[in-house]
Amino acid sequence: MPRPPLIAIGMLSACVLAYEVLLTRLLSIVLWHHFAYMIISAAMLGYGASGTALTLLKDRVASHVGVAYVIAIAGMAVLMPAAFLLAQQVPFNPLELLWDNTQFSGLLAIYLLMMAPFFCGGLGMGLVMWHFANQAGRVYAYDILGAGIGSLGIIAILFLVPPHTALTLVTALALLATAVAIFEMKMQRKWIGVFLGMALLVAVVVPSTWLQGVPSPYKDLSQTMNIAGTRLIEERSSPLGEVSVVESPRIPFRHAPGMSLNATDEPPPQLGVFVDGNGPSVLTRFDGDLEPLAYLDQLTSALPYHVLKQSRERPHVLVLGAGPGSDVLQALYNRSAAVDAVELDRNVINLVTQRFSQFAGDLYSQPQVHVHEAEARGFANTSTDHYDLVQVALMDSFGVASAGLYGLSESYLYTVEALQTYLNRLAPDGILAVTRWLSLPPRDALKLFATAVVALEKKGVSNPPGRLVMIRGWKTVTILVKNSDFTPVEIEAVKEFCRNRSFDVAYYPGMAADEANRYNLLAQPYFFEGAVALLGPQRQDFIDRYKFYIEPATDDRPYFFRFFKWSAAAELLALREQGGMPLLDWSYPLLVATLIQAFAASILLILVPLAISQARRALPTAPVALYFLAIGLAFMFMEIAFIQKFVLFLAHPLYAVAVVLCAFLVFASAGSWLAGQWQSTKIRNSYLPVGISVMAAIALTYLMILPPIFKMLMHLPDPAKIVISIALIAPLALCMGMPFPTGTMRLANIARDSIPWAWAINGFASVVGAVLATLLAIHLGFAAVIILAVLIYGLAAIALRSFGGFA
Amino acid sequence: MNSRFALGTLLAFCCAFPSHGEDYAALRQKMVEEIIAASDSAPPSATVAAAMGKVERHRFVPAWLAAFGYRNQPLPIGHGQTISQPIVVAMMTELLKVKGSDKILEVGTGSGYQAAVLGEIAESVYTIEIIEPLGKEAAERLKSLGYHNVKTRLGDGYYGWPEAAPFDAIMVTAAASHVPPPLLKQLKPGGRMVIPLGASFMTQYLVLVEKKADGSVTSRQIEPVRFVPLTGGH
Repeated sequence: MPRPPLIAIGMLSACVLAYEVLLTRLLSIVLWHHFAYMIISAAMLGYGASGTALTLLKDRVASHVGVAYVIAIAGMAVLMPAAFLLAQQVPFNPLELLWDNTQFSGLLAIYLLMMAPFFCGGLGMGLVMWHFANQAGRVYAYDILGAGIGSLGIIAILFLVPPHTALTLVTALALLATAVAIFEMKMQRKWIGVFLGMALLVAVVVPSTWLQGVPSPYKDLSQTMNIAGTRLIEERSSPLGEVSVVESPRIPFRHAPGMSLNATDEPPPQLGVFVDGNGPSVLTRFDGDLEPLAYLDQLTSALPYHVLKQSRERPHVLVLGAGPGSDVLQALYNRSAAVDAVELDRNVINLVTQRFSQFAGDLYSQPQVHVHEAEARGFANTSTDHYDLVQVALMDSFGVASAGLYGLSESYLYTVEALQTYLNRLAPDGILAVTRWLSLPPRDALKLFATAVVALEKKGVSNPPGRLVMIRGWKTVTILVKNSDFTPVEIEAVKEFCRNRSFDVAYYPGMAADEANRYNLLAQPYFFEGAVALLGPQRQDFIDRYKFYIEPATDDRPYFFRFFKWSAAAELLALREQGGMPLLDWSYPLLVATLIQAFAASILLILVPLAISQARRALPTAPVALYFLAIGLAFMFMEIAFIQKFVLFLAHPLYAVAVVLCAFLVFASAGSWLAGQWQSTKIRNSYLPVGISVMAAIALTYLMILPPIFKMLMHLPDPAKIVISIALIAPLALCMGMPFPTGTMRLANIARDSIPWAWAINGFASVVGAVLATLLAIHLGFAAVIILAVLIYGLAAIALRSFGGFA
Repeated sequence: MNSRFALGTLLAFCCAFPSHGEDYAALRQKMVEEIIAASDSAPPSATVAAAMGKVERHRFVPAWLAAFGYRNQPLPIGHGQTISQPIVVAMMTELLKVKGSDKILEVGTGSGYQAAVLGEIAESVYTIEIIEPLGKEAAERLKSLGYHNVKTRLGDGYYGWPEAAPFDAIMVTAAASHVPPPLLKQLKPGGRMVIPLGASFMTQYLVLVEKKADGSVTSRQIEPVRFVPLTGGH
């Protein structure tokens, strides 16, 4: 072979990265969560295992590198769709995880299936790198270029086609890459036609619906579609989610979450709107007549309007997370003078403004309604308007929230910093209102209340108790945070609102204990007691002793929906027979199970094959093993922590995964290239400690400066934010790319045969590190994970000094 | 029935205890004893326990899950639906305080198990299901098992069953964003309504709505378990 298959390498790399990002979308649709940490771990496992396989088999394939390479890419092309289709046949239902132990084997099977295409991709890449080692720089350049195009390109593609079609296109691209590889390596030409034909067949002829995911039957949309007469009347797709609109003429939606038991109104006709199969939020028929909207005044979320009526007739309202418009209709029903409706997903806005504008009564074109396509935090951060009411809509579905399905999801909507931002948008005497589903024993409500207390304190409010009100119905809780103390007249309005609707006042300034727990009786007035404790001097003691995790969420630990505490796990498990299992959120055990399986699978697939082969004779020394373990762990800690941190800035997990992965890969590879160049210069012994020191300085500086940078630039359009994100990550990743090649080159000087071990240990650390980083971020926060990564890099630098090999 | 469900249940079946030879009646009795033992503070009444001791739960789950029929856990029944954990069924039935002369409405038939338990105690049960295949299967099952006092219907449960109203008690097991006002109207003064809330496989808490003699309503939110989130005084 005269030259490496550079174009094919670029295409292969693009496919691998596009597939990695695409899987996060596909899993969000089929299951409930984006599972980014699991996919990255599976990708690392595939790459690690392929490295081991290559080490063991390279002598056998030495004379057939071209064929082996083509088989590897073709294998990836086949396995990408096959693994996704097979994974859907695996009996895995996260909701049964705590009831049925066999679900864990399903999880493992999905993990291993996801790993398979990455194994082939890694094998292909490894073969070329090994065979064309003398041209590694060029191979690397095409690899990186492909990775960058793949990870960002897939986002662009997802704006044009739904994820299953995108998977078809990525599959076709992999087949095309196979044909290109055959051409580049001057192999038998007849196969070019075969693979080109297959690529064409997959891309053009075969309907992409063959790859359409089958969502879990327990997802909201699946359950709705089981109802006789339901019809899917609109589907729209973007990287933000698949929006489905459902009509149910025989059994109408009638969505009125937690409506008062005293209400006699029935909601007008509605269409169900689902995003990635979760929901519904509803598009309500509106013809300008406010009377049919009376039911909206029977929800706990209507409370702020009744309080505001005491001081102003026609409030100026900001609705964050407006969706298809229920909260906007509620604002109109309450005679609001102006409503700014903020919604992230253009497809959802377009449902109201275009496709169903007549049904929705041109809601978003009403003279007093202004709709903004923006992320809630970003809008609140950059707007200069001040509002009488900032209403944070109840966006997640009851089923998803009550099943603990969001436990691992970052949510920057309910953090201390978020609430501070919303409070900044309030006019004098304005009110922030947040409504959540009611959970028992109280979780969301008390965590949100605690968050509001801390947000007020951080704003320097001297009397937080005077500015808070909490009410609860039988299914929802609404918390009000006022920009000034509630007046006696306003408190009377709260009481009257609750009295008329049989809602309970859970807290207001000066509330007596006997006023709690009157209509929706609880065994104990948990909400009142909790609110009082959270406002008292023993708040931290209360939070610590509470059996659920209700410490306020922050931007550093934005896991609002995490309520799991290890200290209560045993007690909850013991209550299984009594019906207590639902109190144990399944998402946390899922993360722990993923960590265990990542650990076991990487030992079995990466380390054990080496241990039982000839390579066992070349076991590395302890410093070498420690070095490669440390840099693997630290790299993944940094990468995962920054992915999660950039979710705030880029407004969506998918954007964060794509952009941060792309930036880390491209610039870490550039760092690797630099390290290679410097290895033969005078600075060969000093660049790495300098690089690690610079990296540490950048990472620690970012901990301080990223929040204000994000705050300042959050209003920018997505392309600008993507460029800024890449620029921010670039210097960090550049430094982080140096330790691996440096260690490898040093090892080559002292114990060349140990290199496969070093790489395998690094692979093992990457697989485990991806999941471990998420677990640590939940418990300790991103800052701690980043500091830990810096410390581990420091440890690596010390280990490197001990294993010699200085040229 | 999708293949994933079938594969899952097959896998579950393979892992199950071999219970083919076991006597389902004995398993049923054991399940009732477990429920009584687990309900330390408020065990089900003898009436409810007897009803649950009679209803053959293994016939209300897919055949391949029959071996698990008397485990105290929720089980999938297809169409994205589940049969509730037996202890939750006992609790909900208990909360309705059903008497032999009662007429009960159930919205959300599911497998028909809850209707059968109610049918063992009450004079008549009217049950409505919105998922047609599920409703048809349940109707046939209830009929074949001899629950002639259980009337089934397919369709919208929002307006209840006006021809048979008023009811002494109403059970709303179908997911509802709010309590349908027409159902409250069909509840007799002094009547009780129970609504379990939570996702599939996960009943978080129960809402008990009581209609007083004057027509006003109050509600209670009841956790399935005694789990005090905070111990010690404050």
